[in-house]
Amino acid sequence: MALELLSANHAAALAAALAGRANRAGRGFCSGVYPITPSTECMELLCAQEFEKGEVVRVESEHSAMAVCIGAAAAGARTFTTSSSNGLALMTENVVAAALLRLPVVMVAANRTLGPPWNIWADHGDTLLLRDTGWIQFYCADNQEVLDTVLCAYRLAEDRRVLLPVLVAQEGFVLSHTMTQTDVPSQEQVDRFLPPLDLPGRLAGTPRVMGAVDPPRVAEAHRAQHHAAMGRVFDVYREVQDAFERETGRRPAGPVVPYRADDADALLVSMGTIGATAERVVDAARARGERLGAVRVRTFRPFPAAQLAAAFHGVRRIAVIDRDLSLGFGGVLWGEARGCADPGAVVQGYVLGVGGGDVRPEHLAAVAADLGARAAAGAPELVEATP
Amino acid sequence: MTEALHVVPAAGDACDAPLLRPGNGNCGGCGMSMAFRLFGRAAGGRPLQLVIPASCAAVAVGPFPTTSVAAPTILSTFGAAAAVATGLARVARQCGDGARVVVWAGDGATYDIGLASLSAAAERGEDVLYVCYDNEIYGNTGGQRSSATPAGASTTTTPGGKTGEKKDILAIVGAHRIPYAASVSIAHPEDAERKMRRALDATGFRFLHVLAPCPTGWKSEPAHGIELVRLAVRSGLFPVVELVEGQRLVVNVEPDFSREALERYVALQGRFARAGVTAARLAPTIARSWRELRARSGRPVAVEG
Repeated sequence: MALELLSANHAAALAAALAGRANRAGRGFCSGVYPITPSTECMELLCAQEFEKGEVVRVESEHSAMAVCIGAAAAGARTFTTSSSNGLALMTENVVAAALLRLPVVMVAANRTLGPPWNIWADHGDTLLLRDTGWIQFYCADNQEVLDTVLCAYRLAEDRRVLLPVLVAQEGFVLSHTMTQTDVPSQEQVDRFLPPLDLPGRLAGTPRVMGAVDPPRVAEAHRAQHHAAMGRVFDVYREVQDAFERETGRRPAGPVVPYRADDADALLVSMGTIGATAERVVDAARARGERLGAVRVRTFRPFPAAQLAAAFHGVRRIAVIDRDLSLGFGGVLWGEARGCADPGAVVQGYVLGVGGGDVRPEHLAAVAADLGARAAAGAPELVEATP
Repeated sequence: MTEALHVVPAAGDACDAPLLRPGNGNCGGCGMSMAFRLFGRAAGGRPLQLVIPASCAAVAVGPFPTTSVAAPTILSTFGAAAAVATGLARVARQCGDGARVVVWAGDGATYDIGLASLSAAAERGEDVLYVCYDNEIYGNTGGQRSSATPAGASTTTTPGGKTGEKKDILAIVGAHRIPYAASVSIAHPEDAERKMRRALDATGFRFLHVLAPCPTGWKSEPAHGIELVRLAVRSGLFPVVELVEGQRLVVNVEPDFSREALERYVALQGRFARAGVTAARLAPTIARSWRELRARSGRPVAVEG
């Protein structure tokens, strides 16, 4: 292990390279990459890596970047790509294909709002657009978490009980370009943590077809298998956490990260870096004697409904803070999380930081104050975070 | 626990079985099927991995859990075949598998939606053989125009006949200066198989363009497919050429530029009737394309017979 000063983009690239090299005794590594702000530095650093058995293909579009990963994964290689915003939107057709073909591709998204109008700053709207594509989705709160989650993503994706692609989201600029001290495991540690991939049914010499036409009844059966694999993710992930902790001494966070939530009578619920800010706001409120807590949703697919219901149990007031807006509805997280609260609880949706508005402690303190003053929940509140 | 994934083992594991098995779902007289069978013969025992984008060929593979293709095959999204093939080919190379990665794509995937990924794979020099079977129509969706549809042909989206000329895909791909590009006539099987073998055995990006009559879309008799290609070659409408390193162009089958052949080519199809396409109208286009071909081949020969 070595401490390095890294941005989340570089942490993700180093994690992918470590994972890729760990497959040198297997079918190697092959990554398709295409630049887009703010994920570009991740693919640039990957292009500078040396691989004994690995390639980074500089393609002409995000659509092709994922297609290269599909071909390489079908051939049994470990794969990786990274993108943001409109790149993910263009890629979407093949994002779906990778999942339905049950290929363990790992992708890092540097979150950025969709356009035009052009805007290069963070919100979760781009990766939430991929919510229903059949990928596992993690949302990270700091750079160490990005690096650790990418490594864990491979182990989770390649587990035969799962065999699903994994997306690791980190907010553009907030994490992607912010350098923090990050612990990078050694190649030997990663080699032990990520044994060579042996993909069942990979394309080899035997005549087989991957992705043949699915008549309706077969499509139903395949979707049911896919859904059932999603249902095994949390159990397998616990084993992944154990194995990662054994190797590095660091336990990756679970699907839901509660903070001072046990005795809380009000909660701030969010994803990504807002969750880290919320913890500071909770500390300040606790210092004033308020029983505020926070819950960060780290795994959005599969959705951790049971873990959230446990965290929400007995809590009367819950603010769900979304860095995204499903137009005509409200926050996506709010829409899903509100069903996990106790009957009668006040679950109020707040939308902050869309299009990269800086979400600061004072914004979340105002949310907490608004929540505390409510007798009942109303329509989602669109809060201007930009000063 | 290992699930039954979207992977269909073919009946029998031998790669020397016919590449396209009998009983597939293609229309009678499908030119793509004939090209596919020729390709299987040319491939012999060479280890293949196929990438088939959305197309009639994808449907011909058959519904899960059956397959009519005797080679490891992945079906890709419509515009991504060359990029999926890139991933397969890179891994095959780094693992020393010796597999020949082949894209088998229609004109819609090649001329239109997948042109960017095709161009990019050619530019990168991927070790991929890209075969375009060109039936000059979106056959799988019921016969809409593509940019391979010839001028004057009626389709469901150009009922009065298409106005623009067909793209010159061989010139477009050849302009990438790839090691080998050729047009293939299924009416000339010896030349076809020779080119298919040469393309399979070359390294780098290779491209084959196969004219594939579609009786359904061309409004022609299923039994006339090979005859139609022969007429297209004789009349000069479909030049049978090969291009090495994007420079040395060789005409493999000399047309006799027979006006009678051209008239018969038009008359045997229903798709040209509405717009009143005649041999006389096609002749100047053929003459122009051959003047260009002769200039590029370094053998200027008068084309009018």
